[in-house]
Amino acid sequence: MDATMARPRVGLFVTCLVDLFRPVVGFAAVKLIEDSGCTVEVPMAQTCCGQPAYNSGDRLDTRRIAENTIRAFEDYDYVVAPSGSCAGMLKKHYPGLFKGDPRWETRAAAFAAKVHELVTFLTDVRGVTDTGADHHGSVTYHDSCSGLRELGIRDQPRALLAKVDGLTLNELQDADVCCGFGGTFCVKYSDISNAIVSQKTEKIAASGAGTLLAGDLGCLMNMAGKLKRQGSAVESRHVAEVLAGMTDGPPIGGAG
Amino acid sequence: MQITSPEFKANSRAALADAQLQKALVNVRTGFIEKRQKAVDALPEFDRLRDSARDIKNHVLENLDLYLEAYEKKVVQSGGHVHWAQTAEDARGAILDICRKANARVVTKGKSMITEEIALNDFLESHGITPVETDLGEYIIQLRGEHPSHIIAPAVHLNKEQVEEDFRRVHDHLAPGRDLSEPEALLGEARRVLRSRYFEADVGITGANFLVAETGTSIIVTNEGNGDLTQILPRVHIVVASIEKIVPTLEDASQVLRVLARSATGQDMSVYTTLSTGPRRATDVDGPDEYHVILLDNGRSAMLGTEFQDMLRCIRCGACMNHCPVYHAVGGHAYGWVYPGPMGAVLTPSLIGVAKGGHLPNASTFCGRCESVCPMKIPLPRMMRHWREREFERGLNPGVARYGLSFWAFFARRPKLYRLASAIGIPLLSFATFGRKRLAWLPFAGGWTKFRDLPMPESRTFMQQFRDRDATTKQAAR
Repeated sequence: MDATMARPRVGLFVTCLVDLFRPVVGFAAVKLIEDSGCTVEVPMAQTCCGQPAYNSGDRLDTRRIAENTIRAFEDYDYVVAPSGSCAGMLKKHYPGLFKGDPRWETRAAAFAAKVHELVTFLTDVRGVTDTGADHHGSVTYHDSCSGLRELGIRDQPRALLAKVDGLTLNELQDADVCCGFGGTFCVKYSDISNAIVSQKTEKIAASGAGTLLAGDLGCLMNMAGKLKRQGSAVESRHVAEVLAGMTDGPPIGGAG
Repeated sequence: MQITSPEFKANSRAALADAQLQKALVNVRTGFIEKRQKAVDALPEFDRLRDSARDIKNHVLENLDLYLEAYEKKVVQSGGHVHWAQTAEDARGAILDICRKANARVVTKGKSMITEEIALNDFLESHGITPVETDLGEYIIQLRGEHPSHIIAPAVHLNKEQVEEDFRRVHDHLAPGRDLSEPEALLGEARRVLRSRYFEADVGITGANFLVAETGTSIIVTNEGNGDLTQILPRVHIVVASIEKIVPTLEDASQVLRVLARSATGQDMSVYTTLSTGPRRATDVDGPDEYHVILLDNGRSAMLGTEFQDMLRCIRCGACMNHCPVYHAVGGHAYGWVYPGPMGAVLTPSLIGVAKGGHLPNASTFCGRCESVCPMKIPLPRMMRHWREREFERGLNPGVARYGLSFWAFFARRPKLYRLASAIGIPLLSFATFGRKRLAWLPFAGGWTKFRDLPMPESRTFMQQFRDRDATTKQAAR
């Protein structure tokens, strides 16, 4: 049998924020998934997971977006997203959108079963224990809420980071507490969001780490934006950038 | 009490600017969470107990009519009276009738959120009856003319210096030079002042943590013993409870008790767990001559059979607000009515309407920490989302948000257009901002840039870059 035939086909759900704001995370995801022995494809028919509509109470638009996503991805062996929040939406919330519609319900359930967040896909599905990257310096890690509580992502990124050459992980106090992003929450209730993210940046500073890592770009943009506003020298990056050894470019929000 | 939930945003801004409040809220962020975690860690079966507690309450809610009638029968058998109250007004009316028949001038009260819900104190006062709160926290906020900011720690928004000031102001018959610098001194003083009020009271009113159908028993849990004095010393004891407080058996009550205090304060059990069944019997050494139960609906039966039914499992432990980043930031009063935090965000729109309570289920990041600690495993974020759906269906959300959303959704539903728009928009944005890596200000993004910089996109989208890379790889392979 041709060795390439045994390579599972992975559809990369890029996520809208990575697509628009931080392409390097997409390329890091492609590299990590390919290195784990898979073929990666990026269906051009994808847009967003639909959370902005879903969390605003707009079920109809959410359902239409979900149908698009399912159509674009259901033929792959796996669907992988570099975000706990978007993967959680695809995996945990899509099936519920189609309750009472047996045909779509089955399709959505079959689709949801194939969905994984990037880091846990590497560790739990592909058995990756070491991505072979190096990163010199201290980092701290924020557990994004959806990934942590909907998908149980906590030990996996830490295990892979522990194998990165030259990296020390300074645990973040209250790493499991929300950063205050919350999608549209952060602009609708910006004063409260600001109070929450200020608590977070205080803890980040106290960790003494030079780099902040997390698995979700939304949270990262929120925390990086606040760190930059405060004039902090802490750099923010998606955990995939470090795991793929793709940290040559500027951090989120630029250097300095 | 006046409902200020529609002013949630203004309330929260005021709360964020209140230095005293912010100082007090630190205690919520740290104390409650650590104590609960310790209690949970010490009980390996805690998570299974949560399942069991959830199942008990689910069973009750599926058979609520049956258990309520069984409960009523038992109360009557034990010599008590049951008053069914459809609305808050009905409940207040029934309580006033009982008080009048007892010629009551002073009424002592155990801690009860349900009497807050029906705004009982103001009502009694307007009818010439003096309500006296006997729970320390409730006593303090009654002195200040405030309402609870937390369902189990009503005065958690205050610091001890503020309490000392209030005590000196109100207890003006005591020596001005007395030392009140320690919390114990404040507690001792409240105890001494309250002691005489217990004997003056003609009627004692308590809430209930559980109503037990098999025995007609009401159960309260307290830490100060004030509940016992409230219900034993006066001639008349009135229990005010909402209909979902029912559990089938004493065994069920003790199951749920095992998760209640641990979730609330981190105690294995509250200091006092007090069971009352009917009035004093001939052989009892003490107890009231009359025992009344007001069973309040106030909108709850309308939640049965809807996507909000699970909320009726709530046992009012407060763990959700203790773990909520929004509650930590603004405290309980900002929520603008009786029930704050995540449980309030779900319950308040049910009880006062989503038109008034609509901000509450929106003011959540959906971080899910509340659900993860809820002893009854109530899917709070899911139900907040359901409220947002109801609002959306009724067109209650603000126009700007609505139009913004439909504009975005128009593209998100059309992948080709979306691709095209982002392939034009992102390079354009990058060009217009001179390729800067972050912005301190951007039109229409004030909600973001008021407090944070906005990280800017690279010059092209991932999709554009990936397509090029893909094409190059394929060409090379040819």
